Amino acid sequence: MAELAQFDLVLAKALRRRDVPTIIVRLLIYLALIIGGGIFMLPALWMLTTAFKTYAEAQVFPPVWLPTTIQLSNFTKPFQDLPFQKFYLNTITITVIAIIGVLVSCTPVAFAFARLAFRGRNALFALVLATMMIPDQATLVPVYVFFAKLGWTNTFLPLTVPSFFAVDAFTIFLLRQFFMTIPRDLDDACKIDGGGPIVLLLQVIIPLSTPVFGVVTILQFVGRWNDFFGPLIYLNTLENYTVSLGLRLFQTRYIVETNTMMAMSLLAALPTIMLFFLAQRYFIRGVVLTGVNR
Amino acid sequence: MANAIEKPKPAVQQPTRRTGLSRMQAREELTAYILIMPWVLGFLIFTVGALVFSFGLSFFKTDLLSAAKFVGLNNYQQLLFEDKLFWQAVKVTTLYTLGVVPLQILLSLSVAILLNQRIFGIGFWRTIFYLPSVVSGVAVALVWMWFFQPDVGLFNALLAMVGIQGPRWLFSEEWALPSIMLMSIWNIGPSMIIFLAGLQGTPADLYEAAQIDGASTWQQFTSITLPMLSPQILFNTVLGVIGSYQVFTASFVTTEGGPNNATMTLVLYLYREGFLTARFGYASAIAWVLFAIIMVFTLFTFRSTRDAVFYEAQTR
Repeated sequence: MAELAQFDLVLAKALRRRDVPTIIVRLLIYLALIIGGGIFMLPALWMLTTAFKTYAEAQVFPPVWLPTTIQLSNFTKPFQDLPFQKFYLNTITITVIAIIGVLVSCTPVAFAFARLAFRGRNALFALVLATMMIPDQATLVPVYVFFAKLGWTNTFLPLTVPSFFAVDAFTIFLLRQFFMTIPRDLDDACKIDGGGPIVLLLQVIIPLSTPVFGVVTILQFVGRWNDFFGPLIYLNTLENYTVSLGLRLFQTRYIVETNTMMAMSLLAALPTIMLFFLAQRYFIRGVVLTGVNR
Repeated sequence: MANAIEKPKPAVQQPTRRTGLSRMQAREELTAYILIMPWVLGFLIFTVGALVFSFGLSFFKTDLLSAAKFVGLNNYQQLLFEDKLFWQAVKVTTLYTLGVVPLQILLSLSVAILLNQRIFGIGFWRTIFYLPSVVSGVAVALVWMWFFQPDVGLFNALLAMVGIQGPRWLFSEEWALPSIMLMSIWNIGPSMIIFLAGLQGTPADLYEAAQIDGASTWQQFTSITLPMLSPQILFNTVLGVIGSYQVFTASFVTTEGGPNNATMTLVLYLYREGFLTARFGYASAIAWVLFAIIMVFTLFTFRSTRDAVFYEAQTR
């Protein structure tokens, strides 16, 4: 308790005052966090430890948590059966192109809504927000038919091209919210120097907005990397599969081999988990930026 | 730049409102329309066009290969009055939503309140509670399938330790849907952060004033915390319901809708009708009903909470 008090000011104060109820409440808070956190980490921990188990150990009942022998071949075996390296390459390609599309198309749109005066601006922005309420499935069939008529099924185009048309209302909203926080004085300074809106966007707004571009990139990365429904509908040959589809295919083949399946799941989840650890504050910031207290 | 010809602002600006737009304003307006073009095109093609087309398609019988046949209201008639499986999907999805959304809100609010207590290691705890939300749905489902495995899985092993014979979880008609709901409750990351931001934005002087007036912790919670968080609660509820009605991956990967359609969700049904049996007209009708359910719910929520939701800005 004394060690904890070094880091927890409230607890330290309560200890000094011998304020027993506060001490108990503080300890209960940590207890709740430890138990709750433990329960929350259970799936991830099990995935991690089972990925290194032998087949026999993964099947044993009652289950053992820590592997006694580390078996690394779980991670290489799936690559021999399925072209997982290709699945990774495909997923990376789709994700990167889609992120570029979203940034390139949503930035000017959000800028216009945040900074420029034009007739119909509020009505149009209300429309942008309204599209957030429309479930993707409502437009799924016609969009699929449209892409099928173009001959685009089993290509990456249906998964990447729409992102160049600013279809992601949430991103427009997020970018606009951030652009609004950039001081207006800068606009005036830019105007005095004879710069029009484009100069303002390219030389003032974009350079100042790297944090929000980081937020958008990360949210899009997680969304695209984990997307299952889109690839499931549009991609149908092995050489075009994404990691999610590969994992699903792997599941149907190796349902009993829990250890290899967990190794693959871990590899599939690793990019987003790593990204989350590296860029945690961007995730948090993205959510905060939506500013529900509007 | 195209704007290089633009003259600097005159020192004394003429009032231009009455006489129409100045050249600079007209230019700004034109630029704005050009800049929002990607969205306008995307909106017209992928939202308006698609919705209209989808609506039209719902009156046809078509597999895209042979010629489409106009069937009038047949699809809707069949869907709403004859198709038992559709109503099963409505029931399953509604039960799922009613179970998952309140629990997620309760859980994410509780965690956010714990994290807001000036605790040690907030970044660490935040990571732990957010992490499940960034993991691929397929990978999550695969882990949970083992948890639920009736013979060698974790849950039944734990239950066996206290002498209880566990249910057959995903293989049981009664337990399959609750199992999938349980699995979805782990996904609280974003709503937790929204609540945390709301809590941190609540002015401390409100609590100080309440303490001076002798309000108990519970009274402070119900009279300050909850009202101040009402916009976040509304936001998380609406987004939670919209998301829950679209649940697909969880049941597709674990049960494919079974056993005996106990986990047949609306989107899974739509997927089956549209993309496995190629009844695109019928699938469009399902999509429209799904859309209608979500719209009605959203409008109802916004209307019924209009007076209950407290926006701080209103009082300023």
